[in-house]
Amino acid sequence: MASTAEAVREQTPPQPPPVGGGGPGKPRRRRSLPTPYLLIAPALVILTLVLVWPVVQMVWNSLHDYTVRNLLPNAPAPEWNGFAHYRRLLSDPEFWTILRNTVVVCVLMVGTTMVLGTLIGILLHKLPRWFSMVVSVGMMLAWATPAISASLVFRWLFLPERGLVNVALDRLPDWLVGGGWLNYNWFLEPLSLFSVLIAVIVWQSFPFIAVSVLAGLKSIPHELYEAARVDGAGGWRAFWNVTFPMLRPLFALLMVLQIIWDLRVFTQLYILANSFQNKSVYLLSYYIYQQGFSSSPANYGMGSAIAVVMTVMILAVTAYYLRIMIRQGETR
Amino acid sequence: MTATATAASAPPRRRRRAPAGVLLRRAGLYAAGAAVFLFSVFPVYWMVATAFKPVGEIFSKNTRLFPETLTLEHFDRVLNDELIPGVNFWEFLVNSLIVTLGSVAAGAVLSLLAAVAVARFRFRMRGAFIILLMVIQMVPAEALIISIFINFRRFQDASGLQMLGNLSGILIVYTAVALPITIMMLRGFVASVPRELEEAAAIDGASPWTVFWRILMPLVAPGLVAASIFAFITAWNEFIVALTFLGRSTEEYTLPLSLSYYFGRFGTEWGAIMAASTLLTLPVMAFFLFVQRRMVSGLTMGAVKG
Repeated sequence: MASTAEAVREQTPPQPPPVGGGGPGKPRRRRSLPTPYLLIAPALVILTLVLVWPVVQMVWNSLHDYTVRNLLPNAPAPEWNGFAHYRRLLSDPEFWTILRNTVVVCVLMVGTTMVLGTLIGILLHKLPRWFSMVVSVGMMLAWATPAISASLVFRWLFLPERGLVNVALDRLPDWLVGGGWLNYNWFLEPLSLFSVLIAVIVWQSFPFIAVSVLAGLKSIPHELYEAARVDGAGGWRAFWNVTFPMLRPLFALLMVLQIIWDLRVFTQLYILANSFQNKSVYLLSYYIYQQGFSSSPANYGMGSAIAVVMTVMILAVTAYYLRIMIRQGETR
Repeated sequence: MTATATAASAPPRRRRRAPAGVLLRRAGLYAAGAAVFLFSVFPVYWMVATAFKPVGEIFSKNTRLFPETLTLEHFDRVLNDELIPGVNFWEFLVNSLIVTLGSVAAGAVLSLLAAVAVARFRFRMRGAFIILLMVIQMVPAEALIISIFINFRRFQDASGLQMLGNLSGILIVYTAVALPITIMMLRGFVASVPRELEEAAAIDGASPWTVFWRILMPLVAPGLVAASIFAFITAWNEFIVALTFLGRSTEEYTLPLSLSYYFGRFGTEWGAIMAASTLLTLPVMAFFLFVQRRMVSGLTMGAVKG
């Protein structure tokens, strides 16, 4: 869901006009005044307590034997266990399968979303204005649908016996798609469940990419394409020689955001898998939740160790994002 | 080959009537556009269509794209039936409204203050604060959920203030989660208000407070609305934190969690699930279309910075 909302943010900030060249960094009052500190203090306090401190805690938890029993009144403090959780994870083939699935599913989601979104962005650019508006409004509906509603609809669409997709596949001739679709259960096997999961995610995320790419295309001077055409470039070459280089920073930013949003997918999987019984369809975020709240006893230490792995992956991508933002002067 | 050669060598005059190839290409573009439209809209249509279908039709093996008869029975069930004794849709709606509006209001105040600091002052921690915001924005709640839960649990045990199993805990978390993005959004809006305007008012003898309310606020208000809508949508849709914090306190459930009631006991009630999903989706769509219309104009500048 975050993708919807954070996507809004992407579009929202109107470019702050460069203030007098000095930027907002220009001193306005004497430096000794505590005003700015007072202004950020409330936000900083709540952010630190609710979101920053848990990062530290997460690392600490992952290095201790920490279960729900340690939360009982008068329970002993969690005990240091060295790197036992990590050692167990690294030697556990199930964890490696889940990690591999997370990466593969994320790559497929990001790849499909980026390619589809870009193609549709280009398509919107070529369509007449009114038609492009109509298609955009349709895309907004997909974009705005809450993750939980979207997941429920897809579950309903792919339901054995009554789901529209199953019924439609069943009615198609057998020589084309094979038989037995009506009772096919998409939600049991990793391959079919992840296919539905990827479909939900792509359906919800491509509008953001398409609209952003469309905006990018509008910013490219038309002359560049005419020059390319004079030089004999077709659509394909024009894309790789004009569009892509011009929009490279935009593509990098979109890709990073998409990777981060898709790595953390939880709600959709929770609705589609519908239980924690089938370990073969876990993704990392699902595994964290299962360890922390659905195993007995709840194993906070192990859940935190998995969370550390996921956070490290996300921070690696975030580092790249920060580099882009710093280059664009966003932190100044 | 010949055709291309002639086309290329022909003088670039305006054509009155497009040749067949161009027409075909245009038809292809329209068809692709229509396909994208259908792909985007269809799941939403299917949700709404199912919500209006009588149970008989939903259960029928003879699935139809368009409902034969329309019924309000599912909406009636969702809106009026008690899911647990004494609690129906309206209680869940009130829960959702308390956490969303509460966190939006708190977030608006906190982020406006911080945004003014970041956009208008230079101070030693400024760069670090901005980078902190960008990093926090990326670290997912899904990874932190265990630690966040334990912290609230420990705080609750130590202070005696109830944080889990009621709305106060998730209200605080939602406020914090939206902050980094709303601060960054508002920062842009505050920075775009010309400093000279404030200075002129200050020279005319306005107090900093008056400058803030009379000059800055009216100009930043659209940004505040956009940031608040963003925060609203995030909190309204949020699932994992609510699931973790509310646990078995079912009467405190927010709307997304309440949907789980239609699974189970009476078999899965797809009509009711789709009706409830539709109701959950409506406010988000309304807000989204509202924001979107304003955003599209500023989008080119916002998304493309090269």
